[in-house]
Amino acid sequence: MADLDDGLLRLGLHDLHTELGGKMVPFAGYDMPVQYPDGVLKEHLHTRAAAGLFDVSHMGQVILRPKGSMDDLKRAFEALMPVDVLGLAEGRQRYGLFTNDQGGILDDLMFTNRGDHLYVVVNAACKAADIAHMTSGMPGVLVEPVTDRALLALQGPGAEAALEALLPGVAAMRFMDHRVIGDIWVSRSGYTGEDGFEISVPDAQAEAFARKHLAQPGVAPIGLGARDSLRLEAGLCLYGHDIDTTTSPVEANLTWALQKARRAGGDREGGYPGATRILRELADGPERHRVGLRPEGRAPMREGVELFAGDGTPVGRVTSGGFGPSVNAPIAMGYVARAHAAIGTQLMGEVRGKRLPVTVTELPFQPTTYKR
Amino acid sequence: MKYTKDHEWLRVEGDFVVVGITEHAATQLGDVVFVELPETETMVAEGDEVCVIESVKAASDILAPIDGEIVAVNEKLVDAPGMVNEDPTGAAWFFKLKVDDLSVLDQFMDEDEYQELIG
Repeated sequence: MADLDDGLLRLGLHDLHTELGGKMVPFAGYDMPVQYPDGVLKEHLHTRAAAGLFDVSHMGQVILRPKGSMDDLKRAFEALMPVDVLGLAEGRQRYGLFTNDQGGILDDLMFTNRGDHLYVVVNAACKAADIAHMTSGMPGVLVEPVTDRALLALQGPGAEAALEALLPGVAAMRFMDHRVIGDIWVSRSGYTGEDGFEISVPDAQAEAFARKHLAQPGVAPIGLGARDSLRLEAGLCLYGHDIDTTTSPVEANLTWALQKARRAGGDREGGYPGATRILRELADGPERHRVGLRPEGRAPMREGVELFAGDGTPVGRVTSGGFGPSVNAPIAMGYVARAHAAIGTQLMGEVRGKRLPVTVTELPFQPTTYKR
Repeated sequence: MKYTKDHEWLRVEGDFVVVGITEHAATQLGDVVFVELPETETMVAEGDEVCVIESVKAASDILAPIDGEIVAVNEKLVDAPGMVNEDPTGAAWFFKLKVDDLSVLDQFMDEDEYQELIG
């Protein structure tokens, strides 16, 4: 990746994006395609109907190797996260979260057990801090940033057939399986709520590989705009918006990511930053919850919209919001005080000075289609 | 048709001025998903925020290009905001203004001048 004159980093597939008509915008320090000529709405619907190819090479890929044993590495990684690392089988991927001493979230990530090392994918905007955090927090571990690979995501009901044509055998993978196929690394996962794959490929092969995908029937390039509306419909958090250093995993409704082994009474209870708060919130419930929100009218409620109870008491704030093309309505997520967070609770959201009705709803807005 | 630097078009229709947004503006906004229209029979002044447009990307305002009275709004846009992308300079007009003197339109750009602006 090279620097542009404007200080932005350029993706390895930059020329392909511009050739495809991608509208490039700055994102997390990278010059990224926000949309292609079809536009966000069509790209979103295309991904849910067929298959979308996303370039997510801006994300941080990192290899963790033990200086001693793998067991030591896994225990060191567990000391940074309220997550079960030891229990993850080889060839499997899991969602993780780095927490701080206050129980806030430093970043969310995916990690994979690859036998003699772990493969980790972190958010672009956090990757420098994450690498520093892992390096200082795990002295017995070699933290190796992967800087010579692109990361592509192929998502949607057509993803399996399209990738099977290029990498025979991947159709047998289940959700969160990971395979190394030659020098290509494939995970059955994504950020859209759809079945699909995330594929790490050496930079030198990336463009040819992306073009082969785009030549498959039903595969279209999809920009960051639709990536955001797809993940919002799927109820998935965007770091820096729905989760950050002030939100705990329990408040964020991510308790599914905190396995039994790290909870009260588990084999390895606690022993991660912020454990006191996180264990307390698991036992007693948090003061506020991340919830789904459905505005009643057509007006989107975007990030920052303040939420009020019927009597006018402030009760929370929207952290992500917009229009959901597949649900064909405005949708949002946000944090709401515990007493007002029950599904079905009627609240008001203030949009341009007007308080409009909005209902607390279950997440996701769009049923997920993971191949479990 | 006349054009403002805010990427609105104005078309004279009898005694009224019809206002919408240009194709360039619609493209820049992206897919429009919500439109909020003003009340009819209200007086507006140049620069007043009279409509809200929300696209998949962001919210933006339509400003009154001139002083006048809102005499009609295009209610169809409320149920079908996507019309703004499909036919911005035709079916997707936003509102009609009654003005005292149509010569106020002389200050605005013609087609060639507008094309030069968006170049």
